[in-house]
Amino acid sequence: MAAHLKKRVYEEFTKVVQPQEEIATKKLRLTKPSKSAALHIDLCKATSPADALQYLLQFARKPVEAESVEGVVRILLEHYYKENDPSVRLKIASLLGLLSKTAGFSPDCIMDDAINILQNEKSHQVLAQLLDTLLAIGTKLPENQAIQMRLVDVACKHLTDTSHGVRNKCLQLLGNLGSLEKSVTKDAEGLAARDVQKIIGDYFSDQDPRVRTAAIKAMLQLHERGLKLHQTIYNQACKLLSDDYEQVRSAAVQLIWVVSQLYPESIVPIPSSNEEIRLVDDAFGKICHMVSDGSWVVRVQAAKLLGSMEQVSSHFLEQTLDKKLMSDLRRKRTAHERAKELYSSGEFSSGRKWGDDAPKEEVDTGAVNLIESGACGAFVHGLEDEMYEVRIAAVEALCMLAQSSPSFAEKCLDFLVDMFNDEIEEVRLQSIHTMRKISNNITLREDQLDTVLAVLEDSSRDIREALHELLCCTNVSTKEGIHLALVELLKNLTKYPTDRDSIWKCLKFLGSRHPTLVLPLVPELLSTHPFFDTAEPDMDDPAYIAVLVLIFNAAKTCPTMPALFSDHTFRHYAYLRDSLSHLVPALRLPGRKLVSSAVSPSIIPQEDPSQQFLQQSLERVYSLQHLDPQGAQELLEFTIRDLQRLGELQSELAGVADFSATYLRCQLLLIKALQEKLWNVAAPLYLKQSDLASAAAKQIMEETYKMEFMYSGVENKQVVIIHHMRLQAKALQLIVTARTTRGLDPLFGMCEKFLQEVDFFQRYFIADLPHLQDSFVDKLLDLMPRLMTSKPAEVVKILQTMLRQSAFLHLPLPEQIHKASATIIEPAGESDNPLRFTSGLVVALDVDATLEHVQDPQNTVKVQVLYPDGQAQMIHPKPADFRNPGPGRHRLITQVYLSHTAWTGCAMKL
Amino acid sequence: MPEIRVTPLGAGQDVGRSCILVSIAGKNVMLDCGMHMGFNDDRRFPDFSYITQNGRLTDFLDCVIISHFHLDHCGALPYFSEMVGYDGPIYMTHPTQAICPILLEDYRKIAVDKKGEANFFTSQMIKDCMKKVVAVHLHQTVQVDDELEIKAYYAGHVLGAAMFQIKVGSESVVYTGDYNMTPDRHLGAAWIDKCRPNLLITESTYATTIRDSKRCRERDFLKKVHETVERGGKVLIPVFALGRAQELCILLETFWERMNLKVPIYFSTGLTEKANHYYKLFIPWTNQKIRKTFVQRNMFEFKHIKAFDRAFADNPGPMVVFATPGMLHAGQSLQIFRKWAGNEKNMVIMPGYCVQGTVGHKILSGQRKLEMEGRQLEVKMQVEYMSFSAHADAKGIMQLVGQAEPESVLLVHGEAKKMEFLKQKIEQELRVNCYMPANGETVTLPTSPSIPVGISLGLLKREMAQGLLPEAKKPRLLHGTLIMKDSNFRLVSSEQALKELGLAEHQLRFTCRVHLHDTRKEQETALRVYSHLKSVLKDHCVQHLPDGSVTVESVLLQAAAPSEDPGTKVLLVSWTYQDEELGSFLTSLLKKGLPQAPS
Repeated sequence: MAAHLKKRVYEEFTKVVQPQEEIATKKLRLTKPSKSAALHIDLCKATSPADALQYLLQFARKPVEAESVEGVVRILLEHYYKENDPSVRLKIASLLGLLSKTAGFSPDCIMDDAINILQNEKSHQVLAQLLDTLLAIGTKLPENQAIQMRLVDVACKHLTDTSHGVRNKCLQLLGNLGSLEKSVTKDAEGLAARDVQKIIGDYFSDQDPRVRTAAIKAMLQLHERGLKLHQTIYNQACKLLSDDYEQVRSAAVQLIWVVSQLYPESIVPIPSSNEEIRLVDDAFGKICHMVSDGSWVVRVQAAKLLGSMEQVSSHFLEQTLDKKLMSDLRRKRTAHERAKELYSSGEFSSGRKWGDDAPKEEVDTGAVNLIESGACGAFVHGLEDEMYEVRIAAVEALCMLAQSSPSFAEKCLDFLVDMFNDEIEEVRLQSIHTMRKISNNITLREDQLDTVLAVLEDSSRDIREALHELLCCTNVSTKEGIHLALVELLKNLTKYPTDRDSIWKCLKFLGSRHPTLVLPLVPELLSTHPFFDTAEPDMDDPAYIAVLVLIFNAAKTCPTMPALFSDHTFRHYAYLRDSLSHLVPALRLPGRKLVSSAVSPSIIPQEDPSQQFLQQSLERVYSLQHLDPQGAQELLEFTIRDLQRLGELQSELAGVADFSATYLRCQLLLIKALQEKLWNVAAPLYLKQSDLASAAAKQIMEETYKMEFMYSGVENKQVVIIHHMRLQAKALQLIVTARTTRGLDPLFGMCEKFLQEVDFFQRYFIADLPHLQDSFVDKLLDLMPRLMTSKPAEVVKILQTMLRQSAFLHLPLPEQIHKASATIIEPAGESDNPLRFTSGLVVALDVDATLEHVQDPQNTVKVQVLYPDGQAQMIHPKPADFRNPGPGRHRLITQVYLSHTAWTGCAMKL
Repeated sequence: MPEIRVTPLGAGQDVGRSCILVSIAGKNVMLDCGMHMGFNDDRRFPDFSYITQNGRLTDFLDCVIISHFHLDHCGALPYFSEMVGYDGPIYMTHPTQAICPILLEDYRKIAVDKKGEANFFTSQMIKDCMKKVVAVHLHQTVQVDDELEIKAYYAGHVLGAAMFQIKVGSESVVYTGDYNMTPDRHLGAAWIDKCRPNLLITESTYATTIRDSKRCRERDFLKKVHETVERGGKVLIPVFALGRAQELCILLETFWERMNLKVPIYFSTGLTEKANHYYKLFIPWTNQKIRKTFVQRNMFEFKHIKAFDRAFADNPGPMVVFATPGMLHAGQSLQIFRKWAGNEKNMVIMPGYCVQGTVGHKILSGQRKLEMEGRQLEVKMQVEYMSFSAHADAKGIMQLVGQAEPESVLLVHGEAKKMEFLKQKIEQELRVNCYMPANGETVTLPTSPSIPVGISLGLLKREMAQGLLPEAKKPRLLHGTLIMKDSNFRLVSSEQALKELGLAEHQLRFTCRVHLHDTRKEQETALRVYSHLKSVLKDHCVQHLPDGSVTVESVLLQAAAPSEDPGTKVLLVSWTYQDEELGSFLTSLLKKGLPQAPS
């Protein structure tokens, strides 16, 4: 036996060796001494299938260039014909597929070969792999109709194969390549048009579940490629819903959904009766039924798809929330209905009687249908499901349906509110978000609000904040509701003081949405008394501020409210308006002698006074360029101060104001530096002053970098000017160094460098140069040829004069500019108890920070830990630690691991 | 005719002492062995004498299956196995095996020590009985003997509750025990695959009820507890030690966790601690949430719930106490109730049904003044009722029937009137037969088991080579020999069968004479026949042999001239049994006569 084997191996070996020379030489002619040759030699060396397989595997790891692909393919095919071992053939086939995907290689040349070998292949696995290769080829050549036709023919031929793998691949091929328009097929071949849909449809009843799944998937693929599926498929798909295998059912649900989206309005008969309903309704009912399927994969699929069936009629939609309750055959009201009734009858939460849910009317036994064919109770089941994946999918679906149907939104409210108590946090969070999304359509009843507010005590920060956001945009129906919300929020505030900002914001919206409901509550909230003066509350109490935020925001649209305020309330208003201007709106206060009352009437009528103010002050600055330096300096200083203040007051203008202020400051520094009388004095005398000038230059550099990188929304226009400013700073630096240093060598280098920078600037911003008329650069470029040739001392002299003569560039304001900022909420600064940890061990520190207007925070933001000994450590937070609560805002909640050898305290810096 | 026979000894149109006898393909299985809560005499146990009058039960029963640890499903087990006498295997799941003896011991204690009953099973008997138990895993197929196999499915209801599939050959029965189709805080929902049994035996406790969403009840419960403790009141929750108690504990525990509450929760000691221990151990039997999080933290290791001490009841400030028993009829819960009843800030929540006559029932029906140990007790505390039940409702039952797709359904463990309704619904909507036998009544179901036959590869390949591929949906004709040997069936080719059985082959030939009018010589007639057949039978091999005869495949034709009439020739047609089809075709063809010879 062994001898025989040896002989065989030897035979194979010699057999392979023989053509080696010829092909290798041929290859060398065609391509570089490339991969193909190496591969070929390897393959020839292989003495056993296992070896050959190894070589092929190694080969597959390396990429192949487009030009040598063809050679490699030839070699592979050559070996394929000779190979007896199916596993090697399989690998070759898969390599062919991989290679044909190579960019820049047109695989039509190997198609004939592939089809050829397909016909002679016996092994099912290899067949399947070859079909896969053909699929790769086919998808690579989407335009070539003839090839596609041929491939489809091949696939059809192999559909009758006994192996499920081959049938699978054939169906996949049909799905991906089956021609979309029948007419083309007819013209092209003249033979009876192959109806791809029909062929695939036949395999819906294949004996192998994998093939059935593949058939449905192929059908879906056809749909994705734009073929309009026939309506007849609907009935076939419906039959598959009761398949034994979950993947078939799952795919069938998808198919039904697709068909229902294609033919929503066509009419289908209801079996066992002669009624007819719309197809989309029927499909909806069927998918709803699948929500109580045995497999959770199918349930998730079904629940997800339900959400996107918006055309379904409201009657069916509302059924999904309806589950007729029975107790001993008598109709019972659901707890929701009872809650509603209690509410409408004015009685609040009795429910203390046993048998409160006692059944009312008798149910006609014939009329009760336990498994309604329709949508009955689908969501009730979905929301109660064992797997949280299903519950989340159901909540999402509810959200989407409720957004499109206000009446449904009203109905699903009870269920969503119930989900706030789910055991999995993700589900709770999801349902809160859902509620927020549909909040335009709904008004919360008091008992519902009660449940919602109960969640405020949740220990999860995400949940609480989501809930605050929800409260921001909910409608509350009664003043008791508002009161309840306020009380609960204050409770929340005392329990979790870190929620302060979020709660204030929430109350702001709550107040401005419900002014009339807040009005009757004002005396109580402010604890004013008609006759007695009450004690003035503490102005720094966050709870008191919270109440005031609510009231002031309500007062904005309710002019009668300020009459109820007591004196200190007005004072507090003035204070809060100043300190928390983003939370407290400007009020029109009646006849008060307060400063704010004088200002506010003049402010309110104008559309956006602060914007205007900003423009005006900037214009003023830009108009002064040639005034006497002293006045200009003063004006600049004032403007900078104004702008900074404005930025603090108006959060929406902060970005613009800061940006311009920084620019002006740079300008100011430059002017100041140039004004120093030092320039006229002989070099050795003013070492001190030059210090000042170089410091100014440094600061300008720093500021310009900040301007360029710390703001989001900076456009090219601004970048030019920022760079220009930096160039000026560099020039200044050069001059200063020239004055203070002796010897030409270092100066020479600096000069060179500066000129390079100028050159770089010119090349980079060539398009923007026309805007820079009369500026430093403009003049500089004029003199460039002279500068290039002159000596450093001369260059410095020229620069000096130019700097003085250069005009002040107008900085155009960008549309949207925001300063990127980060606030560390936790750990709070100046903590009384320093963090202690054993040296050498690790301690985890929770960091909670809000990032504003930071682009791509996952990659750009790092946390820096400064240890007291000056050591710094950069930590890259995980991408998952960033949450995105709103546009332009990011929230970083992460843990930083600290470890140090000797010190006990630490400081943090971001 | 093969059949499945089912006889409920208990739980037939009744709740309590579940015990169902099933005979399937000659195997006898007893499902559950419970006691009845309502009786204290002989009726509390099933009537085992029904099974067999004389002879031991072990000889008659192949196995006993216990679905879960509730006493109405396992309470009679020690009596049955030790006092009546049964030594065969008893199957139950691991959690049931662990918890069952605790409950039996407790039951025994109450019956013997408290009520002073004689002739009751002893502790030793419980131990002996448990030794006969074989524990099974979920979805594990257990071979009871060569033919009988059982398999457990998850049933929810209580920890370790299972549904069992009993299968012999291709016949099978599924027994659900008690199950729950909606998940709760600690257990998942029942699930079964599409096993298509011949019969599904299902409980029907809530045959006529469709229940509300569980969330509303949970929310109400939590809200009430929360409000009371915030007011500074104390909450008493009387519970039975196992099942609902754990669910409520988890509910409160997670709520406390979420809301960061600090109010203490106590659990009265005793049975419960042991049981809680098992809940901690059997994590795979719990629901998704607990299973997923137990690595970080086992949900049954309660952080906020501590063991209760008698002295705690007098502590000031709010607290929540779980105390046994559940109906406030005796024990710790009643003691605490007496202490707290006077304060209107306090609250008692009854999480389950209360039997008439108990204190629980009285206060639930609104009684405010109670007579207790000769003293008047005024109940000022709030009384709440909240039902947490873990049986499938009508919709759930239908859902399970839909999942399993049985041929017929049999209802047990429910009231007759309610069953009637459900039976009607099942027959109407699912179109399967439905039965609801009373205790002692036998239901007989004829079955048509499919019989597997092995086919020899040679035969199959020969068939395949002949024609098309086999198709699943179409019947196909096949020649072969069926050999029945040692109760298995094989289909082999006839040659092989002969070889195997050591028989000689007999040839069976049919011979037929056909008269032809032909005046020519025999040779010529034969030639004519040959050319005729050649032209008609294009697919077959027609040969003219040198001796003047003609063969078509194996059919032999010979022409002979009878002496009396020279005008007619006699054509001798002879064929073997195997070629019957061809042979008869040829004779009928030849009888029509030959076509006129070309002149």
